Amino acid sequence: MTGVLPVTLEESRKIVQALLYSGKEYVCVMKLHGNATENRVNEVLEEFEDTIYQRPPLRASVKRQLRTRKIYYIDFLEMDGRNVLFKVGCEGGTYIRKLCYDIGEVLGCGAHMQELRRTRAGPLVENGDIVTLHDVAYWFTEWQQQKNDAILRKFIQPMERALALVSKIYIRDSAVDAICHGANLTAPGILSLETGINSGSMVAILSLKGEAVALAKAVASTEEILNMEHGVVAKTERVLMPRGTYPKCWKSGGT
Amino acid sequence: MHSAMSRSVAPWEIERKLLVKAEDKTDTRYGHKPEERLGKEYIRYGVINLDKPAGPTSHEVAAWIKRILNLQCVGHGGTLEA
Repeated sequence: MTGVLPVTLEESRKIVQALLYSGKEYVCVMKLHGNATENRVNEVLEEFEDTIYQRPPLRASVKRQLRTRKIYYIDFLEMDGRNVLFKVGCEGGTYIRKLCYDIGEVLGCGAHMQELRRTRAGPLVENGDIVTLHDVAYWFTEWQQQKNDAILRKFIQPMERALALVSKIYIRDSAVDAICHGANLTAPGILSLETGINSGSMVAILSLKGEAVALAKAVASTEEILNMEHGVVAKTERVLMPRGTYPKCWKSGGT
Repeated sequence: MHSAMSRSVAPWEIERKLLVKAEDKTDTRYGHKPEERLGKEYIRYGVINLDKPAGPTSHEVAAWIKRILNLQCVGHGGTLEA
């Protein structure tokens, strides 16, 4: 088992972009090609706790140009002979196989990635509600027979769970349907918002019931938005809620 | 080049506070709380936190889930590095 893989079902595919931005955590076994002391390994791992440069590997599915990736942390866990166990928190799109190779180069003895398990993809963690393929097949059959929706909640999470790390803006019922039709979010529709929003940040627009309405790009900061009385606050990028879920409370331009 | 500075903050380590700008109520006649969506709708707006088996690709695993749940389209959030 290689750990957390977020699987999006039909409508929830639209939130994948939010997951891709929210970082990953892995536990990795790295095999050294020569001897190194635990102290030295620790030292070198710490050096990689930074913004690093990586060129995607030959068999990668993206353009092979040098790019930067942030390593939030590398925690040394244990070492047994030439096997080094560590935990790494990094930006999405970091190649851990490359990271191991580079760590080996700095150590001087060389190294390769032996085993990898993803322990987190954004807000989804392995010691939360992770399920196996077998669980999925089993619980789904149970649900089909018993028709009890509590069974679905044992193995499926609402897509809003996957948006937990995106800054949120809660809006009025009366503002929902316009957003569902692709309108940008304007200041009067806002009820509350989270700290940390900047112009350009991805935000999740939610109803007061906590339903995801859309993903959008903020055009102002939290502080600015709090003081705005009118004007566009966020540009709608991906509508998540179907039109007509909430009543239409806006006037059409007339035809 | 060695930097012993404090580690940078991972997205899951950021603490956010909710600030209120205006007060209003929501009408219970429209929409549902996410966890109260019904049956098929709950599935279609859902995400599975799957412990991926080693061997098959993420794409293959997504295709299996599509077949098990009898859905039109199933995707995955990024591949585990090959």
